Amino acid sequence: MAVKFDLNEREVWDGNYAASQALRQADVDVVVAYPITPSTPIVENYGAYVGNGYINGEFVMVESEHAAMSGCIGASAAGGRVSTATSSQGFALMAEVLYQASGMRLPIVLNVVNRALASPLNVRGDHADMYLGRDSGWIQFGAFNAQEAYDLALCAFKVGENHSVRLPVMVHQDGFITSHTAQNVYPLTDEKAYEFVGDFVPVDDMLDFSRPVTYGAQTEEDWHYEHKAKQHKALMDSRKVIDEVFAEFKEITGREYNRVESYDMEDADVVIVGLGSTVETARVAAKNMREKGVKAGVVAIRCFRPFPYDEVRDVLQNAKAIAVTDRSSPGGAMGAFFNEVTAAMYTSESRPMVTGFVYGLGGRDFSIEEAERIFAEQQAHADAGHITTEIQQFSGLRGPKLGFFKTARG
Amino acid sequence: MAITSIKNLKEFSTNNDRFEGAHTLCPGCAHSMIVRELMNCTDDNLVISSNTGCLEVSTAVYPFTSWDTSWIHIGFENAATSVTAAQVMHKVRKKKGNLKDNDAPVKFVAFGGDGSTYDIGFQWLSGAMERGHDFTYICLDNENYANTGGQRSSATPVGAHTSTAQAGTHSYGKKQKKKDIVSIMAAHGSPYVAQLAPNKWKSMAKGFQKALEVEGPCFINTVSPCCTEWKFDPKDTINLTDLATDSLMFPIYEIIDSHELNILYRPKNPISVEEYMAAQGRYKHLFKPQYRHIIEEVQKDVDAKWDLLQRREEARL
Repeated sequence: MAVKFDLNEREVWDGNYAASQALRQADVDVVVAYPITPSTPIVENYGAYVGNGYINGEFVMVESEHAAMSGCIGASAAGGRVSTATSSQGFALMAEVLYQASGMRLPIVLNVVNRALASPLNVRGDHADMYLGRDSGWIQFGAFNAQEAYDLALCAFKVGENHSVRLPVMVHQDGFITSHTAQNVYPLTDEKAYEFVGDFVPVDDMLDFSRPVTYGAQTEEDWHYEHKAKQHKALMDSRKVIDEVFAEFKEITGREYNRVESYDMEDADVVIVGLGSTVETARVAAKNMREKGVKAGVVAIRCFRPFPYDEVRDVLQNAKAIAVTDRSSPGGAMGAFFNEVTAAMYTSESRPMVTGFVYGLGGRDFSIEEAERIFAEQQAHADAGHITTEIQQFSGLRGPKLGFFKTARG
Repeated sequence: MAITSIKNLKEFSTNNDRFEGAHTLCPGCAHSMIVRELMNCTDDNLVISSNTGCLEVSTAVYPFTSWDTSWIHIGFENAATSVTAAQVMHKVRKKKGNLKDNDAPVKFVAFGGDGSTYDIGFQWLSGAMERGHDFTYICLDNENYANTGGQRSSATPVGAHTSTAQAGTHSYGKKQKKKDIVSIMAAHGSPYVAQLAPNKWKSMAKGFQKALEVEGPCFINTVSPCCTEWKFDPKDTINLTDLATDSLMFPIYEIIDSHELNILYRPKNPISVEEYMAAQGRYKHLFKPQYRHIIEEVQKDVDAKWDLLQRREEARL
């Protein structure tokens, strides 16, 4: 039996500690990990729980992130609960094996503490690593603060391990801003948390020798396509399970999660659509703008994959001007998030104006004032009846203003 | 539990058959002989992983599988990692008592070709050996990337022609010496490493059994002649292996606890490296006058290595 870990009703945890407590409460069997800033404390803490008897699992420190995810795959196929954490370059090194984990339908939970990708080398938070994972076939949840990093990690096990889903899940939080900022967190009791997550029930267990399994077979043009289509369908179908798990979580905690979160959207004309901790900044800015008479609102994506196109369209269709914020270098295109939201809005009757803002790369602070400027600009588009700037702009950048692409709509 | 009676090859070869004959390895490929021997030398449950390579692409093409036991392949480099992590999960689940059969003994084995072992998977293998997991890694060493058309690996010997170390008017083929993987693995502090060959099937089976029985990370380099890339007749695989072991190009030996070296086969009548090379198309250019000196150089190397092995055996280091 594991040693009892004393918890208060209210704890002061940073995002990393919150995530590691979720791993302990879910009674994760094996963590295979390689350390990288800023996610390191998550796996260090798990190792400390093992070392002090708070959990009956095993902590395996391997020689690279590629090996970490490879080990997670082997351990998961051996029929137990598996989790790890990474960031940035480590995430990039894992990239090859991320696709293997989802293709083999293994419900690994990966805590990603978002950090910029080099070069230039940077340890601070942006969403370049999160974007790198967007086609990997994983479910991707976004936490905006420490409480959510904890809550969503618990939900991630329950969603991924659901036998109609059987997919790996990433839980993202912003490097340093969330991972290293201590905040009030209200944990569940160990009993309640484990009851919510439930026992791990393996499918195709490599350690059940009465029914041998082959993992990682080869398929060429005769079967590969069907496998990948089926995997995509499983991702799309997971939306229903995610909604159910969020509903169940609300029942026991009172904390509500939605695949798309909306704030002050009942009558909003101008909207910032964001990811991660930026959402909280934008919400403060929206409140300030409302005091100045601007009907500002915020839409946040909780579930980046599968992307909630319908819900995004429905919540934004009455807006006049929408600013989509991309915290990742777009590399010769519009921001990927801008493209997703714009695609959703193209299916609406109203087709509101959408512009994109690149911001906050490499941990550059995104201030309330900056968000207010973006709202004001959206109001200017709304008043003019057309987009008055380039469609892609760079917010908070030093030097001459940078912008690309113009609208052909008058 | 290991099979105790391995006196009769016919009986042994049909024992506990968990590797199906229906695979797509080349006729004459030694891989399947080595794999069958591993799987036949124990009655214990097996979790097997494979790196990408000939064995992997030939034994698990959906919707078929040759593996009548648990098997996993992830990528080119990480079979050592996947199988050792599965072994850790086994340990946890055994402790928690939630295995289907909690008391049945299980062995964990990784297979890799020389490309994935000596080159691209070297770091993953080294990491798994250093961590000290209870598993056995078996390299099927055919001295080239045979699955992709015969490129050189760091296991390719001096003078061999490969598609990326070509022999021609200005080149005698591979210039660099073969990496001494057995010594490197012994230097990890492994309790058991060995170099074995399928023609010496009894010593190979015994070596496999030792590796499976000893607790800790064990490594075995097996010679797997490749008729396709070494260029010899598929019916001659074992004859060619005899030439490999009798010329001492592939000495058969084990190292226990990184210092106790035992030579497991001493040819009564050693043959020359030249005779071994003459039986393979990949060396045929070396018989041209301008490259003949390479054969002599390789012979010198082989003699020196054999001398060193004998001295190490005697000195127990």
